[in-house]
Amino acid sequence: MNFSYINRPNRPLHVYAIVYLAFLYVPVLFLPLFSFNNSIFIAFPLKEFTTKWYVAMFNNEPMIAALANSIKVGVVTSIVATLLGVFAAKAVTRYRMPGKVPVIGFIMLPLVIPGIIFGVSLLILLSQMGVRLSLYTVTMGHIIVCVPFSMAALIPRFEGFDASIEEASADLGENMWWTFWRVTLPMVFPGIIASFLLCFTISFDEFIIAFFLSGTDPTLPIYMWGQLRFPDKLPGVLSLGSIILMISFIVVFVAHWIRTRGMPLQRAGGV
Amino acid sequence: MSDNAASFGNPDSDHISGRRWLSRLFMRHEALRGYSLLSPTLFIVTVGICIPLFILVGMSLWTQHGFDFDKTLTLASYFEISDQPIYAALLKRSILISAGCTLATVILAYPMAYFVAFHVHRHKMIWIILMTLPFWTSYLLRVFSWKIILGYNGVINSGLMGMGIIDQPLEFLLYSPLAVVITLTHAWSAFAILPIYVSLEKIDRSLLEAAADLGDGPVMRFIRITLPLSLPGIIAAALIIFIPTVGDYITPALLGGPDGIMLSNLIQAQFGKVNNWPMGAALAITLMLTVALFSIIFALVTRKVTERIA
Repeated sequence: MNFSYINRPNRPLHVYAIVYLAFLYVPVLFLPLFSFNNSIFIAFPLKEFTTKWYVAMFNNEPMIAALANSIKVGVVTSIVATLLGVFAAKAVTRYRMPGKVPVIGFIMLPLVIPGIIFGVSLLILLSQMGVRLSLYTVTMGHIIVCVPFSMAALIPRFEGFDASIEEASADLGENMWWTFWRVTLPMVFPGIIASFLLCFTISFDEFIIAFFLSGTDPTLPIYMWGQLRFPDKLPGVLSLGSIILMISFIVVFVAHWIRTRGMPLQRAGGV
Repeated sequence: MSDNAASFGNPDSDHISGRRWLSRLFMRHEALRGYSLLSPTLFIVTVGICIPLFILVGMSLWTQHGFDFDKTLTLASYFEISDQPIYAALLKRSILISAGCTLATVILAYPMAYFVAFHVHRHKMIWIILMTLPFWTSYLLRVFSWKIILGYNGVINSGLMGMGIIDQPLEFLLYSPLAVVITLTHAWSAFAILPIYVSLEKIDRSLLEAAADLGDGPVMRFIRITLPLSLPGIIAAALIIFIPTVGDYITPALLGGPDGIMLSNLIQAQFGKVNNWPMGAALAITLMLTVALFSIIFALVTRKVTERIA
């Protein structure tokens, strides 16, 4: 690696990178900071340290219920969206089909439709059909939004392994389903995990569609939205947010550790 | 198509000859197999997107009468949108705020992506994770955290007052279009960094060496090689940010104040407090068409620019 005149260390750029990271992190880190602050007002100056908001959080039944709702919706959404994504990714990578490009574009449509438009149009459809809003309708909306992300996570995996391995399995007498189960699935499994995590995160955090499509059972973001207006409930929301923040940090690092385990350092650098 | 998929996974079918005919058809026609695998996804997307959008268009042609809809088709809502200046003003503001946020996000993220692509040689993945980690937290809380920073008793105001620079809290920080732009810029950073980073990482380093050998300095190398080759990433980043931010109504509702309200807040109100669904539908379609128009113009212009540079 001798790009010395191109990749010469660039001190201002290095400083900028660190300032930029601070810009990304500082606002987020205010949430845990205020979750330990003994005051219902989310403002400076800080009062003394307390963990009472964390204790109160466990007795906050509506919040726990909303958390449970979000987890339910997220799990179902990620399973269904990943399943649809696996089928679709296999179809578009393994078969020559006329009109493949427009079809992929069509499935990717939710990526370029603002959430609010998608939310209100689904709301109108459901209300015209007389469907009552519930967690099922939220799940349906989330599945449609997540399918393109699932495909985006899975297509590189399918492209990344040789189709002749599947053909070899077929030649050795496995039928289509067994080939899929014993050859294709293990090969694309990291992509499936990635798709599952991505879809779960999107669904867990999604507000706009859930806002229009949820009935009397709120998901967690909807519940939080309601709490932002009541200052006395806010610290509880912040402590839950901090816990979610910590869990997602751990999950991301564990996922990274699993990915890079056993890989030579050079490979780990690539995306 | 979904029928094919059903018989596909139905081994108990007693039409043996029919099954054999079908499987022969499948073996012979690759496209058919592909489409039957795709059919569940296509079905869901059709039901979930095309039909709702058609109904949205249909509803925008109705009118609201109390709690019922007058289903005679009319363009009344659209005429009202073009007659009342408030709608055009809100639409313009939505576009300006989103465009401002898109511009700021891309400009701020580019040097960062450039740094990681060209100047980080070991542990690149750690840097990428560090840049994307904050975005795994709740969007709502991320937006809210800016209220802590920009608020009346917020970080900036209490900091400046503590240092004795100002006596009164600055009120323009919160509840202004600027607050919305700052917050959106922070909230969508990851969506700019990643596509730009990927396009920079793909650039063949030997092109830069060649340019250096032929006498181009660092600035010319950047303008003539790095920038044009990373344009696809910039375009992707801009569209990925512009389209959803136009439709965001959380941020303007929390931080915008009366001067920072966007069209999406009005759309949301039509389906809530105001309860005029046809008007909301017409506004949603107006917003969607405007976004599509701007995105297409943007993509075309940048493509033309790329062609001229290259």
